[in-house]
Amino acid sequence: MDTQAITRFGDALYDAFLGRSTITPLIEQDPSITLEEAYRIQSRFVARRVAAGDSVIGKKIGVTSKAVQDMLGVYQPDFGQLTAAMKVDAARGVDLSGLIQPKAEAELAFVLKQDLTGPGVTAMDVIRATDYVVPCFEIVDSRITDWRIGIMDTVADNASCGVFVLSDMWADPRDIDITLAGMVVEKNGALFSTGVGAAVQGSPANAVAWLANTLGPLGIPFTAGEVILSGSQSSLIPVTDGDELVCTIGGLGTCQTRFFGQSAVSGRITP
Amino acid sequence: MTVTLTPQDIALLRERVERAQTTGVAIPKLTDDYPDMTIDDGYAVQMALRQSYLSQGQRQVGWKAGLTSKAKMEQMGVSVPSIGFLTHTMARPENSAISVKGLIHPRVECEVAFVMARELSGPSVGRAEVLEATDYILPAIEIIDSRFSGFKFDLESVVADNGSSALFVGGGRARRTTDVDPRTLGVVMEINGEIVAMGASAAVMGHPADAVALLVQILHGLGETLPAGSLVLSGGITAALPVTPGDHVIARFQDLGDVSIRFVE
Repeated sequence: MDTQAITRFGDALYDAFLGRSTITPLIEQDPSITLEEAYRIQSRFVARRVAAGDSVIGKKIGVTSKAVQDMLGVYQPDFGQLTAAMKVDAARGVDLSGLIQPKAEAELAFVLKQDLTGPGVTAMDVIRATDYVVPCFEIVDSRITDWRIGIMDTVADNASCGVFVLSDMWADPRDIDITLAGMVVEKNGALFSTGVGAAVQGSPANAVAWLANTLGPLGIPFTAGEVILSGSQSSLIPVTDGDELVCTIGGLGTCQTRFFGQSAVSGRITP
Repeated sequence: MTVTLTPQDIALLRERVERAQTTGVAIPKLTDDYPDMTIDDGYAVQMALRQSYLSQGQRQVGWKAGLTSKAKMEQMGVSVPSIGFLTHTMARPENSAISVKGLIHPRVECEVAFVMARELSGPSVGRAEVLEATDYILPAIEIIDSRFSGFKFDLESVVADNGSSALFVGGGRARRTTDVDPRTLGVVMEINGEIVAMGASAAVMGHPADAVALLVQILHGLGETLPAGSLVLSGGITAALPVTPGDHVIARFQDLGDVSIRFVE
C-alpha cells in the first residue's frame, strides 16, 4: 500500500470522526491491508486530530480478553492513542451527541510516573513505573459502519477509541491486588456484570508491559504522565440518554458517570 | 407449603434420589413421572432425604444456596434460587486428591462460604443481619453433580436432588466481613493452569450475603433456622465447569487466598 493510500484512509476516518458518520470497512475497500499499514493509517488519523489542536496524552490497549480475541481471531492486543479531547469529567457526564455508535467498557487505568521504553519491559517494571491506578470507563466508538470491524479496521480506526472517564479515586499498585481485584458494574442501579483484573492478559500489568514492548520498536513515546487504559474487564455496555453507570473495583474505588444526548446512529433510528 | 404429593410418593421419590446419589447412576428428572409436582414437593423430598442421611449417622454441617446468579439460572433454565443441606460426608480437605467415584458428571464452581457466629431465623432477614451474624467468610470450591440425565432438570427436580449437592472444599484464608468488601471480591478459576472462569462476588444476587438472607427465608418457610456454627455456601460466582480425573482446579480469591484440589479416579 502506498503512502497516498495510507493518507487517504486516515483522512477518511478523520472526516467520519468529524462528521459523526461511518465508512465502509477498510478491509472491504482494500483486502491487502497489513497490520503495520493499519497502524500507519491510525497515525495519520491521530495526526489530523493533533494538527487541529488536540494532543496525545496516553494510550489504550484493546483486544485483551479471550472472548474478544476469539471474536476477532487475533491472539494479541492492539493499541490506540488517547487525546486530551477524549477525556471527560465524570461529574459532567458523557455527551453522546459527540459520538457515533458508542458502547461503554469498564477498565483499570494506569498513570505513569516514569517513561517505559521497550523492548525488555516486564510487568514488574510496569508496577515500578506506575504513579497510580484508577477505575475508569472507556466509551468505545467506531467510525466503521455497524461496528463491522476486523482487527485491521479497528487498529486503523485508532482502536475504536471514543472518550474516557477516570475516577477521582486511585491507589498505588503496591496497595491493591490488581490481578485479583474484582470489578462490579452497575447500570441504572442494577447489577450489569462482574469481572476481575486477570481477564486482561492474565493481569492488567501484563497488558501495559506488552504495550511498552510494542511501542518501543515503533519509536512511539511512552512517557511519564501518560494515561493507559489497560483493557476491558466487563462486557460491552450499551448506553443511551439518561443512563448511569457505576464501576467498583475491589480495594480501589468507584467510577461513576451518566450519559446524555443522542449519538449519531441512535439519533437516526430513535424518533 | 403446597405439598401435593402423598407421603407414599415422597418416600418413593426420596428412595429414588437417594439411590441415584449413593450409586452414581443418573435417573430421569422427577417431573417426568410427577408433572404436577411443586417446589414445595421438591423440598418435602429433600427433607426426607436429609432425615434418611441423618438417621444413617451423617452430621449436618450447613446449607448451600444454589442457582443464585443470573448466569446459573439461565444456564439451568430456572428462575429462582434453591437451597440444599450439607453433611460432613460431603466435605473434602483443600490440597487433597478427590475421587470422582460415585459421581455422575461432576462440575466445579467458586463460591464465598459463610460460617455463622449466631443463629439466624425468620422471614425477613437482610444483608446487614447476615454480615452481623457471620463469624467469618472463606473461599470454597463446590463440586456439584446433578443426578438427572444430561444435567437436565427443572427447579422441582433439582430441589428434590438437594440442589445438586455433592462435595465441597473450604480453604484459603478466613476473613471477617468487616475486614474485606464481600461484594467486590475478584475470583479466578483455573483448571490445569488455564483460566477457565472469572468474576466478582456480586455476581451472586448483587451481594453474596443476600443469598444467605434468602436461604434463611427459605429455611423459615420450611420451619427451620440457620444455626450458629453453620457453613453456608452462598452460590457459584463463576459458571460450573466439568472436571475429570487428572484435573487440577484452583480457585484464587482477592483477599481470601486460594483453594486447590485435584481429581483422581
